[in-house]
Amino acid sequence: MSQTGTERVKRGMAEMQKGGVIMDVVNAEQAKIAEEAGAVAVMALERVPADIRAAGGVARMADPTIVEEVMNAVSIPVMAKARIGHIAEARVLEAMGVDYIDESEVLTPADEIYHIKKDDYTVPFVCGCRNIGEATRRIREGASMLRTKGEPGTGNIVEAVRHMRQIQSEIRHLQSLAEDEVMVFAKENGAPFDLLMEIREEGRLPVVNFAAGGIATPADAALMMQLGADGVFVGSGIFKSNNPAQFARAIVEATTHYDDYKLIGELSKGLGTAMKGMEMSTLTSDQRMQERSQ
Amino acid sequence: MTTIGVLGLQGAFREHIRSVEASGATGVVVKKKEQLDDIDGLIIPGGESTAIRRLIDKYDFLEPIREFGKQGKPIFGTCAGLILLASEIDGSYDVHLGLMDIKVRRNAFGRQRESFEADLDIDGVADQFTAVFIRAPYIEGVGEETKVLARYDGHIVAAQQDHYLACSFHPELTEDHRLVLHFVKMVEQSRKSLAM
Repeated sequence: MSQTGTERVKRGMAEMQKGGVIMDVVNAEQAKIAEEAGAVAVMALERVPADIRAAGGVARMADPTIVEEVMNAVSIPVMAKARIGHIAEARVLEAMGVDYIDESEVLTPADEIYHIKKDDYTVPFVCGCRNIGEATRRIREGASMLRTKGEPGTGNIVEAVRHMRQIQSEIRHLQSLAEDEVMVFAKENGAPFDLLMEIREEGRLPVVNFAAGGIATPADAALMMQLGADGVFVGSGIFKSNNPAQFARAIVEATTHYDDYKLIGELSKGLGTAMKGMEMSTLTSDQRMQERSQ
Repeated sequence: MTTIGVLGLQGAFREHIRSVEASGATGVVVKKKEQLDDIDGLIIPGGESTAIRRLIDKYDFLEPIREFGKQGKPIFGTCAGLILLASEIDGSYDVHLGLMDIKVRRNAFGRQRESFEADLDIDGVADQFTAVFIRAPYIEGVGEETKVLARYDGHIVAAQQDHYLACSFHPELTEDHRLVLHFVKMVEQSRKSLAM
């Protein structure tokens, strides 16, 4: 007897991605560059976050033609984004056979209150989070993998750092609490109590947590790994740089050897210009994608 | 004390370390080829085989791992590790380590949607073993020297050839350490015979 879509099978898929780099791509050619560079998966999109920002309007699930083109081009796993709360987009992507769905704040939310009940699906989901409350709520909804939200499409690492540090520090704080203090922590953070007890016991989240949202250089990737990320998503950082193939390879290596600074120095040489990037204070609050869900 | 290295370029290497230590050996993460000199056996974990292969090339691991195996030191490949150990890969000219006389098919059970867990009997190792298959390969054919240890739905999913062990599933993702313990015993055995 065999069972598909179990928690172990879905979370295990994310475990296999650890120490790796997942790259945003918009066509077969970019997907092949990513695979060749050693990406562990690709995220098939119509536009990278920087272009979504520039284009404005409503950002939706990618045209299935693009997703299919990418799936046919590479043998590594293919992820795709559905709008927050958009049950139908998620079911369409599942039916197409994508390997992971990102219920993502990078797209315009379809539901401003509720997320998808992800444990109903055979396909695993990844979701963004900024703190332990968001992290545990997404896990309880059925997310099999997490990532920091950061601030997508900015090429600015500051928000991803904030979110990774926040979660790590909340886990440490949780561990310092007496058992009878956990309920109040649960109340204050809107976090499921039993999941907090599990995290307190293990000293870590029960699913893999990647860094995402603003990674633009090999050193950015290494920084996030140092802070405790299990791996990194690079969105606009690669294909908005001057030399995508070389950038992609360098970010993969910096993620594997994140504490080998001599090596990171070597592979950062002569990479050309990284994506331009944006200062956070230039974004108005409705331009901040990270605030689109809680 | 028996020391087992887990190739730590990418993938689920920390889970293997946990499993090795639960089986009574010392586990170390191997990121540099020089570390191969300090270990008695090597596990090549699950992950993305193309990504792991690229990093193996980048850091000149290919020949040193082959040499490690040829000295008679045991190697255990799980999932992506099985693909890397094979001498033939269906639909590809690019063989990796080529240490085991097996022909493998990548993503043989389908995409993630088709990934599954099932209970298997592993010949001489464990009955009713919960095996987790994730975008898993299977073995299409084995050479005369290779012993088939387990099948699922008629397909070979675990095999052993002398001091090489391989499986398509992920023993490190469950609390059942019997298969890893089998490998730890293989390493202990080889330590004894290599010392003589």
